[in-house]
Amino acid sequence: MSFISNIRLISKPADKTIFGLVWWKWLSIILLVYSVVAGFLMKVPALPILHETIRNLYFHVTMWFSMMILLTVSLVYSILYLMNFNLRNDTYANEAANVGLLFGTLGLITGSLWAKFTWGAFWLNDAKLNGAAIGMLVYLAYAVLRNSMDEEQKRARISAVYNIIAYAMFMVFIMVMPRLVDSLHPGNGGNPGFGKYDLNSDMRLVFYPSIIGFTLLGVWMMQLLARIRFLKQKQLIKNFR
Amino acid sequence: MFSDILSQLSLEFRLEARNKYALYSILLYVSGTVFISYLSFRGSLNPATWNALFWIILLYASIQAASKSFLGQSRGNFIYQYSLISPQDLIIAKIAYNMGLMLVVAFSGLLFFSLFLGNPVQDFPLYCIAVLLGSIGFAGILSLVSAIASRSNSNFSLMSVLSFPLLLPLLLAAIKLSKNAMDGLDWSVSTSLIIMLAALNAIVLVLAYLLFPYLWRE
Repeated sequence: MSFISNIRLISKPADKTIFGLVWWKWLSIILLVYSVVAGFLMKVPALPILHETIRNLYFHVTMWFSMMILLTVSLVYSILYLMNFNLRNDTYANEAANVGLLFGTLGLITGSLWAKFTWGAFWLNDAKLNGAAIGMLVYLAYAVLRNSMDEEQKRARISAVYNIIAYAMFMVFIMVMPRLVDSLHPGNGGNPGFGKYDLNSDMRLVFYPSIIGFTLLGVWMMQLLARIRFLKQKQLIKNFR
Repeated sequence: MFSDILSQLSLEFRLEARNKYALYSILLYVSGTVFISYLSFRGSLNPATWNALFWIILLYASIQAASKSFLGQSRGNFIYQYSLISPQDLIIAKIAYNMGLMLVVAFSGLLFFSLFLGNPVQDFPLYCIAVLLGSIGFAGILSLVSAIASRSNSNFSLMSVLSFPLLLPLLLAAIKLSKNAMDGLDWSVSTSLIIMLAALNAIVLVLAYLLFPYLWRE
């Protein structure tokens, strides 16, 4: 039985909790509340064209950071799966990729809104933007591939392989390509990144906590999604017996 | 190891030579699409479009050509091969074979393009380098994706869905490099692109070598 191993691991002793939640979940909540409140209320450098849209740094850029971290988590779980063939790792890899995809979509939406108010259009033919869109396509293809197979171990093995290739190509696409061609995006093609405007580093006080908060939220979501799947498998076995 | 690769490679070529229709159908595919574009563009084709069209046709023809590298095989054949040759040797042979196929497709495509649509390329050696580097990467990714797709239930549509996004970084870099060659720009402009394409190919080949054993086992 392939998912017996999952069930044994579910009932491991719970971590110490504070008011029902593990410490890092509280940390995530606190940091997110802080970054939303401070992100909208704190002083930002007054700049032409950008104006208040510079606050998008706290939300758009953090989305991409969290997405990259989650996709890296997914990659690590895929590699772990190929090393020990434990299906738990496959479930985690899949759910991390799903949450990463969600964050990527949110990153696209927030970036698109920002572009509307600074560049004047929701979408431009730009290396950075296309890279982002293609990244989404790669991970959607990963989801399609998973759904095209029903045998568990085989699906896990083959999608793990695809996940590793997808990650490599995706990273090439969004890290290397925009540096080779011109781009309108801040931080590329000779445009200064927002870090340059942040003269007294005040923005970092919100930016970094926001990254940590959103990443922890993503890990939390990943854990919940994976747990739902483990419980469903448990239910399945129960019904079977 | 080396002799295994060679014997597998010669097997692939002999299989190809036995049913020539596969290669001819690809060549017909390329010439047909070029002729259709010739008829539909009616001479109003600027160099940038020429280049993009060339690569798009090459992309589709490559997917056609490479998709049968694993899809065409029966299960029994697979198991027989499994007992004969190590997976690493097999994937190297497959990639080498596909590389040859891609080069045939690419250069015949280039020939048909020059024949029907004119040849606006100014720096032909550099253009050939772009085509060469592009074909190697295409062969690597498509061999691997073909192996992945052959494992799933719905294979041909999956083949294109899986390979398009993975091929795009390669395709865009190759299009840019060949555009530089077409405009006859100095080679120093294109060195970073050449390095990037070569690095991409290296990544693809290493990944194929490392990951293929996991695809192969049943």
